[in-house]
Amino acid sequence: MNDPTIHEVSLPDPASEPRRRRRRRTRRSDASGTRIPLALLLPAIVGIAFLVLPMVGLLIRAPWSDLLVRLAEPQVGQALRLSLVTASLATVVSMILGIPIAWVLARSRIRGRSILRALVTVPLVLPPVVGGVALFLVLGRRGLIGSWLYETFGFSLPFTTAAVVIAETFVAMPFLVISVEGALRAADARFEDAAATLGADGWSTFRRVTLPLVAPGIAAGAVLCWARALGEFGATITFAGNFPGTTQTMPLAVYLALQNDPQAAIVLSLVLLAVSLATLTLLRERWLTRA
Amino acid sequence: MRRAVLLAVLVLGVTACSEADPTVSGQGGGDDLSGPLTVFAAASLTDVFERLGELFTVDHPEVEVTFNFGPSSGLATQISQGAPADVFASANASQMAVVADAGSADGVPTIVAANVLQIAVPAGNPAGITGIGDFENAGLTLAICAPEVPCGAAAQTVFAAAGITPSVDSLDEDVRAALTKVELGEVDAALVYVTDVIAAGDSVEGIDFPEAEEAINSYPIVALAAAPNPDAAQAWVEFVLSDVGSAVLAEAGFRTP
Repeated sequence: MNDPTIHEVSLPDPASEPRRRRRRRTRRSDASGTRIPLALLLPAIVGIAFLVLPMVGLLIRAPWSDLLVRLAEPQVGQALRLSLVTASLATVVSMILGIPIAWVLARSRIRGRSILRALVTVPLVLPPVVGGVALFLVLGRRGLIGSWLYETFGFSLPFTTAAVVIAETFVAMPFLVISVEGALRAADARFEDAAATLGADGWSTFRRVTLPLVAPGIAAGAVLCWARALGEFGATITFAGNFPGTTQTMPLAVYLALQNDPQAAIVLSLVLLAVSLATLTLLRERWLTRA
Repeated sequence: MRRAVLLAVLVLGVTACSEADPTVSGQGGGDDLSGPLTVFAAASLTDVFERLGELFTVDHPEVEVTFNFGPSSGLATQISQGAPADVFASANASQMAVVADAGSADGVPTIVAANVLQIAVPAGNPAGITGIGDFENAGLTLAICAPEVPCGAAAQTVFAAAGITPSVDSLDEDVRAALTKVELGEVDAALVYVTDVIAAGDSVEGIDFPEAEEAINSYPIVALAAAPNPDAAQAWVEFVLSDVGSAVLAEAGFRTP
C-alpha cells in the first residue's frame, strides 16, 4: 500500500499546486519507509487481510484441473461480454447524467439541495431487488412511463439488454455522483471565479477549468461506478430478468451456477475478478496516473 | 396484497419477526422447550411456516422461532458450511440428499408435502393464456425458473412431457421472482407452484394443465444433527407433520401425505 498514486486517486483533490507539493513529500516518506505510524499500519494490515482473504479462499477452492474446459463453455464468454458492455454503458450514462448532478449539488445555490442529495443516494440504501421492482413500476409495460411507451410504440423495456444498462445505472450512478461532488467541494472555486472574471461563460468555465480540476475525482467515481455496475445482481435479475445472451450478466450466471454447481460458480467469479482487476490496472496505467 | 405488505416492510428496512401475542401465549404453560429455534426452509414454504410459527409459539411460548427462507440449494450450502440451523425443509429431494449425504441430518427425512406447477397469469388473463402450449409463443412475455433451481427443473420436465420447446424471456432465480413479474403484470404468464398462485391472492390467477402431474415436487423435512436446540427441532418437525400442520399446508394448496 505504499504506492503514492493510490492516494491521488481515491482522495478528493485540492487544487493542483498543493497536490504536487504533497506528492513530493509522500514520496520521501515512502522511500525511508519509517513514517507510517504503527497506529495506522496495524489496522491497515488487518483491513487488507479482511478484504483479500475471501478472494484467496476462492483461489484455493478453484477447480484448476478443468478450469480451461469450463471457461470454454460458450455461456461464460457470452455472460462476460454482456457484463463488460453493459457495465461500461452504465458508466457512460452515469457520467453524462451524474457529473451535472454533482455540479448542481456542489456549486448551485438552489433550495433543498440536502434533500436532493438524500434522494440521489436512495439507490445506495434500497435493496437492489426492491430497486428492480421500483424500475418496473416506472418503466415496466404497466409502469408510469413504460405503459405510455408500450401503448404508443409497442415497445417494452424489461427483459432487454437496455434494461440491464438501466438497472446497473440506477444502482451505480450514486457512487459517481458522490465521488464527483466530493472532488468539486474540495476543488478551489477561486479558479472558476478567476475564469469568470476573465470573461468565460458558465459552460466554458465548467469545461475548461472545473472538469480538468476534478478529473481525478471523476476517474475515481467512474471506476467505483463501473465496478458496482459489473457486480450488480438484484436490480438486474428483477427488472431485466435472466436470459443467456440478452440479460444474463456474470453475477447472474454465478448465482445460478451456485445453485447446483458451486465449482462452476467459483470459476465464473474468478473470471469476473480477473477481468475487472485487469481492466482497472490497465486503466490506471494508461490514464489515471497521467491525471 | 400480502406481498405488497412484505415489500413495504422491506423498503422500511424493518425485520419482520413472528412474536406471539402475549395474551395468547400463556395457554401453553408447563412446557420445557425454550430458547431460539432456527428453521431453514424453502422459499415456497414462507407463508405456511410463518403461520405455523405463530401456532407453535402458542404451544411453546419459551421458544423463539426464526426462519431463514431461501432457495433450497442455497440453504443446503449454508447448512454444509456450518450454519447454526435446527431444521431443514427442502423443496426437493435432491437438495435434502446433499444435506443427508453430508451426515448433517438427524435421522431420515420425512415427506411433509407435495406441490405441482400451475400457470400463473395476471388477474383477468390479459394475454388469453389457455395452456402449457402458449409457452411456445415467442410473441408473449413469459417467465419460468432457471433450470438450476427446482421449479425450473420441474418446468423442463413438464415441457418435455408436453413435447414443446419453450420461448421464454426470463429464467428466474426462484419461484417468487417469477411470481413477482406476474403480479406486476410485466409478464403474460409464468410457471410457478399452485401454492404460489394461492399466496399471491387476487392479483394472480392460476391455470391447471395435465402435464403438471409429471413433475410432482416433494418437500422433505428433517431435524439437523448439529442442531443447537435439538428438542425444539424434533418438536417442530412433529408439529409440521401433525394434523394441524397438514391442515395449514393443505389450506395453502399443498398436497399432504
